Amino acid sequence: MTTEPTQLQPFVESFDPARSGLPGAGLGWLKALRKTGIERFEALGLPTPKLEAWKYTRLKPLEDTRYQPVTDEDGMAALNTVPSLLPDPGGRPRLVFVNGWMRPNFWIVGDLPDGVHLESLHDVLETRPDWIRERLGTLAGEDDSSLVQLNTAMMDTGFVLRVEDGVRVETPIEVIFVGGLTAHPVAYSPRNLIVLGKGAEATVVRYHVGLGAGAYFANSVTEIDVGPGALFRNYKVQAEALEATHIDTVRARVARDATYESFSLSIGGRLSRNEVSVRLEGEGAHCALNGAYLMRGSEHCDNTTQIDHLVPHTTSREVFKGVLDDESRAVFVGRIVVHKDAQKTDGYQLCKTLLLSTGAEIDVKPELEIYADDVKCSHGATTGQMDETALFYLRSRGVPEALARNLLVQSFIGEVLEEISDEDVRRAITDQVVHWLPAACYLAEEWRAE
Amino acid sequence: MLEIKNLHVSVEGKAILKGIDLSVQPGEIHAIMGPNGSGKSTLSHVIAGRDGYEITGGRIIYQGEDLTGLAPEIRAAKGIFLAFQYPVEIPGVANTTFLKEALNAIRRYHGEDELDAMQFVKMMREKAKELGIPEDMLKRAVNVGFSGGEKKRNEILQMAILNPRLAILDETDSGLDIDAMKIVAEGVNNMRAPERSTLIITHYQRLLDYIIPDKVHVLAHGRIQRSGGKELALELEEKGYAEFGEAAA
Amino acid sequence: MVASTNTAQQVKELAEEKYKYGFFTDIESETAPKGLNEDIVRFISAKKNEPEWLLKWRLKAFKYWLTMPEPRWSKVIHDPIDYQDAYYYSAPKSAADGPQSLDEIDPQLLETYEKLGIPLKEQERLSGVAVDAVFDSVSVATTFKAKLGEVGVIFCPISEALEVCPDLVKKYLGTVVPYTDNKHATLNSAVFTDGSFVYIPPGVRCPMELSTYFRINAANTGQFERTLIIADKGSYVSYLEGCTAPMRDEHQLHAAVVELITLDDAEIKYSTIQNWYPGDENGRGGIYNFVTKRGHCRGRNSKISWTQVETGAAITWKYPSCILQGDNSVGEFYSIAITNNYQQADTGTKMIHLGKNTTSRIISKGISAGRANQTYRGLVRISPKAEGARNFTQCDSLLIGDRCGAHTVPYIECKNKSAIVEHEATTSKISEDQLFYLRQRGIPPEEAVTLVVNGFCREVLQQLPMEFAVEAQKLVGISLEGSVG
Ligand SMILES: Nc1ncnc2c1ncn2[C@@H]1O[C@H](COP(=O)(O)OP(=O)(O)O)[C@@H](O)[C@H]1O
Ligand SMILES: [Mg+2]
Repeated sequence: MTTEPTQLQPFVESFDPARSGLPGAGLGWLKALRKTGIERFEALGLPTPKLEAWKYTRLKPLEDTRYQPVTDEDGMAALNTVPSLLPDPGGRPRLVFVNGWMRPNFWIVGDLPDGVHLESLHDVLETRPDWIRERLGTLAGEDDSSLVQLNTAMMDTGFVLRVEDGVRVETPIEVIFVGGLTAHPVAYSPRNLIVLGKGAEATVVRYHVGLGAGAYFANSVTEIDVGPGALFRNYKVQAEALEATHIDTVRARVARDATYESFSLSIGGRLSRNEVSVRLEGEGAHCALNGAYLMRGSEHCDNTTQIDHLVPHTTSREVFKGVLDDESRAVFVGRIVVHKDAQKTDGYQLCKTLLLSTGAEIDVKPELEIYADDVKCSHGATTGQMDETALFYLRSRGVPEALARNLLVQSFIGEVLEEISDEDVRRAITDQVVHWLPAACYLAEEWRAE
Repeated sequence: MLEIKNLHVSVEGKAILKGIDLSVQPGEIHAIMGPNGSGKSTLSHVIAGRDGYEITGGRIIYQGEDLTGLAPEIRAAKGIFLAFQYPVEIPGVANTTFLKEALNAIRRYHGEDELDAMQFVKMMREKAKELGIPEDMLKRAVNVGFSGGEKKRNEILQMAILNPRLAILDETDSGLDIDAMKIVAEGVNNMRAPERSTLIITHYQRLLDYIIPDKVHVLAHGRIQRSGGKELALELEEKGYAEFGEAAA
Repeated sequence: MVASTNTAQQVKELAEEKYKYGFFTDIESETAPKGLNEDIVRFISAKKNEPEWLLKWRLKAFKYWLTMPEPRWSKVIHDPIDYQDAYYYSAPKSAADGPQSLDEIDPQLLETYEKLGIPLKEQERLSGVAVDAVFDSVSVATTFKAKLGEVGVIFCPISEALEVCPDLVKKYLGTVVPYTDNKHATLNSAVFTDGSFVYIPPGVRCPMELSTYFRINAANTGQFERTLIIADKGSYVSYLEGCTAPMRDEHQLHAAVVELITLDDAEIKYSTIQNWYPGDENGRGGIYNFVTKRGHCRGRNSKISWTQVETGAAITWKYPSCILQGDNSVGEFYSIAITNNYQQADTGTKMIHLGKNTTSRIISKGISAGRANQTYRGLVRISPKAEGARNFTQCDSLLIGDRCGAHTVPYIECKNKSAIVEHEATTSKISEDQLFYLRQRGIPPEEAVTLVVNGFCREVLQQLPMEFAVEAQKLVGISLEGSVG
């Protein structure tokens, strides 16, 4: 425990609630919120594997790297083309952040229907301070994790999406976070807020992509409030740079008859942790929490999720699949809690991992905590290597080995990609998966020349 | 077409095949019969090049070439097709995609142009129709949720599309009702050609009522115990395998 | 919710009349002074005439224990245990000098065991079962010793083993569960009294079932038995333990340690039918069952199989585990845990795969009723060298009534790509459809529940030695009879 204060120092030292570049620097309540955040963070310290919730993940990069806040120069780093996940944005709404900095010149907010408000955190703090005051920190609050506290103290960027009652946004909104374009290690803390009114509908795709080789620590928090009968799709692709540490906390609340669907693809970053919790607060609420992780090298990826069934008649479905190569390591912790009297809960969870290499490691902890009797809950977890019989089957039909291996990885991951209900996004994410695979087609060429 | 000479094969140190000799000429259909566990599937796997089998002696010559050491996909490209006794389920990979990949890989091997999606789908539909395979089965993932009979028909469809030189059918008749068996037999008979050979592995003679073999071999104790014409199958049907020291299952 | 009102009512009745082992035998006992300190440790060791090395080991454990915190990671909740408010040694005066021959046993003790359904007279026993009867802190009788001796099997109280085969005890004691393992196991190491010792010589298949019957009788007394079973090369033994205690308002501590060792090609099958007093319908009284059980498959091709039927105790905290070190070794854990009223159980297993081609299988069936809370907690660890390891886990929970809880906390750690690990878990309510179907065919509700629950537990019940399967099946029925109306 004696080493902790020095680990916290860089963060605490660089904390200044009145820093001029911070959004809402002039708001007294926000200053107080930030101050509470840093105090709580200091009290809690950085998470260590001694905490049950961090048993399998050690924040090594935070122990041995000194991250600086982003400077103007970092934030304005040159960006020639925007690395969009979805093809040809056309009129598709799109926000772009570089090294945590807003880059409004790349933004497209054009085609949104009336009643949809997509703005930066800066702007909303300026234009609707009372509205946001009521909402910020309600889902990721004072008693949340230490990294949420750090984000609350440091939040320096982010977006706010507000969809009014009954308004539906057809096209996915893409939010791109570009990282890695700095010469020295930087830290930034995006804070996003998404509020869907009654019967509203929207889809957000967050694309966290590393372009340069610089080290960075991105500590995002997103609070999501899905109103009665609303439908929110939350997609995320994490293709961070080799030296990135990516912490992404999502806290969602789902009201009566509303649906929260999410998919998270992790394919890059030295260390990543996706910590998601969803509260099903109204009858008829449903959540689908899906994801895939494809890791190689010495990457470490942690998906820690919790679904709380708080009232009767709520359902959840969770499918995660992973492929681990080289010395990579992944963690999946999935907790389903059925609270007292939350009868007729239906919860399903599955986590499957394919180990491609001898050095890879997977740690899984699916967890059911159930305090109501009339429920149907199940989870399953498997780990194993590639099915040799299937491999032989493909090869015996003439498919070259490298391609056959790719096909089987695709087959394995494909099942979970089916869970993505938005077709454009599914296609884009499938492409990411295919790109992650070794270049088998070239191998096939070589093979032909033989 | 296929010359097997004194083939010895072990699995995990246990000798399974103990000196198989077999010679199949182009255009011929041979039936290999034998009790359960006699090594029939082992023989088919070894010809197709599956890992995990140790060839402790002998050789497999296919079209004048020793197959030893060749990868299964190369053997497939050279025209060897195995209809599996237990076809494998591959969730998430559509039948169509899979077959197109396979066919084009084989075409590439021979320096032929790949078929585009349109050409391929057209051909696949035709073949499927001939075999009475419904469209939706083509779109579904490979063998996933197929009944036993559907799986076997799917194997024959793949055979029809990949157009092999040497087809090996491992217990393709088991689990089929009489109508399905007729369809499978018709598929095989339609493919009968002077340059193609077929090995039919079975332990009932039923299928041989519909596909008339040129030769019948009895495999037991890891060796071909007897060879003969199609009448041998009938004899076996009557007497069982008792003569070879094992009961038919 | 008509069903749950009925449930509460019936569960109440059940608690009042179903624990038929709740009687107390008024027998004159010799007891150590109350409390826990070094002198008590010396007292126990002296009582047992132990060698110096063992006393030293106990004292080391005691010193270490003083520094240890209570384990806090489990889900069980209880007031802090006042370790000074209990007796650590109590023995019937008539048995103070160790177990006598069967003819000399105090008739009062014989009668007690008779009442528990465990006649100690050999001619009345099930002929295939040898019994070691442990009463509070001492073994009062061991049957069929002579017959077992003929094939070289040693089956006796551990204190006697220290005289008969001290080298074996010294060689193996504490090698599977070290005295530093956890607070409860460390306490046991310091103050353990009797428990059974079994040694099966190479190549011997033990000719009968061995069993130990644990009875806590005296008030305010903890029971800390220690069991050590060694199956030498190529041997086999099936061992069964059963336990009961009188109904009392205060909690009593039972902190046992069981160590199993299998050498090459050996197999131990260890079954438990645990029916400690569970406390009353308000959660008053009952045994705290804090047990450390671990098996070590040291030899190649060896096997350890745990089967447990846990129906009693106010709190159960136990994780019978297997360290699969020998190549091709096999570990199994079959468990039924039934909690009712305010009972709590946090139980499961650890399968540690170290050797090549090691296999483990976990089947856990939890049934929770009343206001009980139950947790399955399991660990499957595949180490990098465990090439070809395989695990299958199936973990099902059944809930009866809307005030109980069922929790599943498995940990899966896989560091070898060639390993296959499969885990499945389900939690659901007892099926109304099944109950209705059975009732429609004329089966009364209570029997229908028993049938359904027995069906639910079937896979595990089948693992029990024949002689005990029927008893266990009845126990399952009794523990839940009438819990759905
Ligand atoms: N992978 C394997 N490992 C061990 N034994 C095997 C394996 N595959 C086949 N065998 C054994 O080889 C023998 C022949 O099997 P197989 O070729 O499947 O027989 P058939 O197809 O004639 O029924 C059987 O005894 C079988 O148990
Ligand atoms: Mg076969």
